[in-house]
Amino acid sequence: MSSHQTNRPLSPHLQVWKWTLTMALSILHRASGVALALGLLMVVWMLVSAASGRESYECFLRFSTSIFGQVLLFGWTGAVYYHMCSGIRHLLMDAGYLMTVPQAEKAGKVIFVVSIAMTLATWGVLKLSSGEM
Amino acid sequence: MANKWEATAFKSPMSRVGGLGSAHSGVHHWLHQKITAFANIPLVLWAIWSVMTLAAAGASYDIVRGFFAQPINSILMTLFLLSVFYHAALGIQVIIEDYVHSEKMKICSLIAVKLGLFALCVASVFSVLKLAL
Repeated sequence: MSSHQTNRPLSPHLQVWKWTLTMALSILHRASGVALALGLLMVVWMLVSAASGRESYECFLRFSTSIFGQVLLFGWTGAVYYHMCSGIRHLLMDAGYLMTVPQAEKAGKVIFVVSIAMTLATWGVLKLSSGEM
Repeated sequence: MANKWEATAFKSPMSRVGGLGSAHSGVHHWLHQKITAFANIPLVLWAIWSVMTLAAAGASYDIVRGFFAQPINSILMTLFLLSVFYHAALGIQVIIEDYVHSEKMKICSLIAVKLGLFALCVASVFSVLKLAL
């Protein structure tokens, strides 16, 4: 509200706080959410191109199987699993669980390990089953 | 106060604050975020599994058409799109409300993001229907 501007001190921002795991979890949850929203563009492209015909779909397929496309998809997979695990933690906190700092830090470590493991497992299975490994 | 009528005596202080946060709306936003988060868990896992299956089979145009020719796949993909796009719109809204401080910029970017996501959602759902029918 611009009419209420005063010279009150602002809450100190990222630079002055000691970096903590819970901060990283929270920021990464938002960052991965934004990344996933951008990643939706690739989902839309896939569906619209497939609906538009063989030629446009094959153009999408060339992009998604290129190195750049595969790197994007890998990052997107990681963001999905991180956001999902972290989101489940948010749902649990809404239900009243994992509210103390030690519990939050433990949950954070589990989230990192599980999301990285799921990402690697997904791509391992994918590359194995498509005969690339 | 952003709105003239907010400051008048016609509203009691209780009704002025009731259910109003920085977003000027009540708890439904939070609730919808949580409901779509729940729905997203199985839908996103199904979508990842489906893309893995398609990719392992080569993801050719004919394979993708065959996939969407199955009603269950088109139905689940439509549900995935609706739930994920709504969840994304709610999430990006919170981020804009937190970080865009100019009221004009905030409203403009909220409208742009909501219209943009709605257009993308319609485009992708229509594409699924066209592939399915």
